[in-house]
Amino acid sequence: MPNTESPNPILQMTGISKRFPGVIALENVNLAVGKGEIVALIGENGAGKSTLMKILGGALNRDSGTVEINGQQVEIKSPREASALGIEFIHQELSVLDNLDVAANIFLRREPTKGGFLKLVDRRKLYSDADALLKKLGLDLSSRTPVNQLSIAQQQLVEIARTISTGARILIMDEPTSSLSLSETRRLLEIVKDLKAHEVSIIYISHRLHEVEEIADRAVVLRDGRNAGVLERSEINHDRMVRAMVGRDLKDFFVAGGNGKAATNGDWFEVSNLRTLRYPHHAVSFKVAKGEVLGLAGLVGAGRSEVVKAIFGVEDAIERNISLNGKALRIMVPRDAISNGIYLVPEDRRQSGLIVDFNVRENISLPNLDAYSSVKLINSAKETKAAQEAVKSINIKTPSPEMRAANLSGGNQQKVVLAKWLGFAPKVLIFDEPTRGIDVGAKAEIYALIRKLAQEGVSVIVVSSEMEEILGISDRIAVLHEGKLTGILERAQFSEEAVMRLATGTEG
Amino acid sequence: MKKELGIFILLVVLCIIVSIKNPNFLLAINLQNLARQIGSFGIFSIGLGLVIITGGIELSVGSMMALLGVLMSMMLTEWGFGVVPAVVAIIAVAMVLTLIHGLLITRLNMQPFIVTLCGLLFYRGLARFITNDETKGFGTVAGLDFLRYLANGNLFGVPMPFVLLILISIIAWVGLHRSVYGRYLFATGRNEEAARYAGINTNRIITAAYVIAGALTAVSGIIFAFYTNSVSPANHGNAYELYGIAAAVLGGCSLRGGEGSVIGILIGTALLQVLRNLVNLLGIPSSLDFAVMGAVILIGVMADQIFTERRNRRQVALMRESMKQQTG
Repeated sequence: MPNTESPNPILQMTGISKRFPGVIALENVNLAVGKGEIVALIGENGAGKSTLMKILGGALNRDSGTVEINGQQVEIKSPREASALGIEFIHQELSVLDNLDVAANIFLRREPTKGGFLKLVDRRKLYSDADALLKKLGLDLSSRTPVNQLSIAQQQLVEIARTISTGARILIMDEPTSSLSLSETRRLLEIVKDLKAHEVSIIYISHRLHEVEEIADRAVVLRDGRNAGVLERSEINHDRMVRAMVGRDLKDFFVAGGNGKAATNGDWFEVSNLRTLRYPHHAVSFKVAKGEVLGLAGLVGAGRSEVVKAIFGVEDAIERNISLNGKALRIMVPRDAISNGIYLVPEDRRQSGLIVDFNVRENISLPNLDAYSSVKLINSAKETKAAQEAVKSINIKTPSPEMRAANLSGGNQQKVVLAKWLGFAPKVLIFDEPTRGIDVGAKAEIYALIRKLAQEGVSVIVVSSEMEEILGISDRIAVLHEGKLTGILERAQFSEEAVMRLATGTEG
Repeated sequence: MKKELGIFILLVVLCIIVSIKNPNFLLAINLQNLARQIGSFGIFSIGLGLVIITGGIELSVGSMMALLGVLMSMMLTEWGFGVVPAVVAIIAVAMVLTLIHGLLITRLNMQPFIVTLCGLLFYRGLARFITNDETKGFGTVAGLDFLRYLANGNLFGVPMPFVLLILISIIAWVGLHRSVYGRYLFATGRNEEAARYAGINTNRIITAAYVIAGALTAVSGIIFAFYTNSVSPANHGNAYELYGIAAAVLGGCSLRGGEGSVIGILIGTALLQVLRNLVNLLGIPSSLDFAVMGAVILIGVMADQIFTERRNRRQVALMRESMKQQTG
C-alpha cells in the first residue's frame, strides 16, 4: 500500500470502501491531508475521486473505513455536519443563487441579524462584511451586485468567499478552473496559495495537470476506486501523474484508430461556416470522413456542445451549412437531422438523452416509433422485439426491457440512448461526453462500440473533455477555444500539450 | 391498470356504503341521473386530462362553456343558423380559442396557468357582455330534437351523455395508450427536452392537446346547454374546470405531467359525481359538499402516492437482485 501519511494530518481517511449496486466505487482508500497543505486528488473520471469527496462532505455514507479530524474519529452524516467540522465543498457546478446579490450569497443561512426575535437582516453589517471579504480576495466589485451580472469566474470567487467566511479549515475544490480563462485561472491559483498561507488545507481535484504541478504539495492518485500512488512535491510531473492515473497503456484501452483518409470519393460529412447563437462571430468549418472518428476538444464553455446541438437542429444557429456526401441538407429541427441519418447522443443523459420514467423499451423506440407502427398505432410486439434485440446486441444490463431507465447504471443508460439509433442506419453519429459518469468497464464497451460503428462506415464526432479519451478515440482532433476553431490535429500531431495549447488559445 | 385499482376500490366501497345507508341510491332514476352527470362531466374531463398530461392546465373550461352556450342560443334563436352549422361553428370556436391557448403557451413560452386564467376571465366577461347579462334559452326553435335527445334522452335506458362518453373514451383510450401521438404526449409531458432530442415536435403535440380539449369542451358544453335548457352567462359552468382537474388528478394524472390514463379519468369523474350524489342521499348538509369532495380527493391522491412509491421501491429491489446475480 502506498504511503499516504502526512506528518501532521488534520484529516485522515483510512480504509474507505463504498459499493453501489453492481459497482465497487471505492475499495480500501486512504487519504491524509496536513494543516496548510494542498493535496491534489487526481485520477480519471470514474476513479472514485468524487465519491470519496462526497463521503468526506457528508453527501454519501461510506460502507467501511474511518475518518479522523485532528486525530478525533468523526461521523459525517450530512453536508451541514461537514460544515460544522470546518469542511467546505466547492463544487464543479456553481451553486450560487443567481437571483440574489453577492452579499446574500456569501452569508446565506448565516445572515447577521438585528431586532432580537424578529431576526431582521442587519443589512449594513451584511454588506460591509461582504465588501471586506471581497477586498481580501482581490475582487474588485460591490457586494450589492446581483450575481447574475457576474462572469462565471467571479461567481466562482463568490463561492470561495462564502466558504472562507465560514472559517473552513479544509476546502475541497472540484475542478475549480474548468470554466475559467487563463488569466482567471492564474488569479484563482494565487488565491489558493494565499489560503494555504493562512493554514487552510485544500484538497484540489483537477484534470489540468499543469495546475497540479504548480500548486500541489502532494498528489494522491486514485484508479478504479483504489489508491494508485502518492507523488511528493519533487515527484510531481506530468508524465508520472499520467502513468499513475492511467496505469496501463492507452493502446490497450482504445481499439486502434481507423484511417482518416477513407474519403476518396467525396464521402464527407461537412459542416461549413457554422455560427452558433452563443458565438455568432466565429464560423466553424470541418469535415468528417466516412468511417472516421473526429474528436472535438476544448475547455468547458468553448462552444463544443453548441456546435453539435446546432448540427442536430436542437438549437438554432445564425448560419448553418451542412452537407453529406456533397448533398446540402436543410436542418432546422432534430427531425430533419434524424431523417438524414444524423444522430446525437447528448451530453446530459438523464435530462436530454432519456426519459428516465419511461422503460427501456419505450426509450429505445421513441425517435423511430413510426417504424414500429401501422396507421399511427403502435405495434407493441414489434416494439418489444426490437427492444429485446437491442438489449442483447449491445449488452444492456437490465432484467427486462420493461425496467424503468432510471434504475439502470450510467453506462447502461448510455447504451439505451445509443440503442435508439443503432437499428436505423446511422450515417453520422455525434457523441457529446459519451462516458461522463460511467464506470471503467462500461467505458471500454462504449469505446469499442464507437470504433465498431466507424469501421462500419459511420462518420463519428466525439466531444470530450477527457484528454486520454479524446487522444485515444479520435482519428483527428478539432479544437475549439471560446467558439473559435483554433486548429485540427492529425494523428501524428497528437499530444496533450498540443491539444491544450489550442484549447487555451495560446497558439493559432 | 394497477395504478387505477386503488381509486376504483375507493369508488366501489363508497357506492356500497351509500347503497347500504340509503337504498334509494340504487333506484333506476338515481343511477340514470348519476350516469347522465358522469357522461356530461367526463367528456370534457378527458380533454383536461390530456392537457394535464402535457404538464399544462386548462382553467377556462367553465367560462368557455358559458360563452359557447350563449353563442349556441344566439345562433339558433337570433342569428338564424341551422342546427348543423351551429354545432359545427360552436366546436370550431372552441377549437380556435384553445388553439390560441396552445400557440401562446408553446410559441411565446407563456405559462399555461396564466394563459388559461386570462381565458377564464375573458370568456366569462364576453359571454355576459354579448348577452347584456341576460339568460339565454332555446325557445321554440324547431329541429333541436336530436340535440335535446343527446342531453336528456336514453338509449336502452342508458343516458345519451353516458353513451357518448363511452364512445369518446374508447377513441381517447386508443389515441392515448396505443397510438404514436399518445406515446409522444407522454414523452413530452415527462421530459420535453428529451422528447425534442428524439425528434418529436413537442410544440405541435402540446398544442394538439389543448385543441382536443377545446373540442371536447364544446361537446360537453352543448350537452350542458340543452340539459339546463337555459344558459345564464354569469353562472353557467362555473368552476367546472375544477371538477375536470379533480377527476384527472384523482384518476392518476400528475400535474407535473407525463402521467395519467383514460380509465383513471373516468373513474375519477365517477367518484366525484358519486360524492355529489352521496351528499344529497345521506342528508349531509349541502354546505359541506365541497368539504367532502376535498377530503376524498386528498385521501385518494395520498393513497395513490403511497402505491407508486411502493412500486418504485420494488423495481429498485428487483434491479439490485439482478445486479447481484450478474456480478456474483
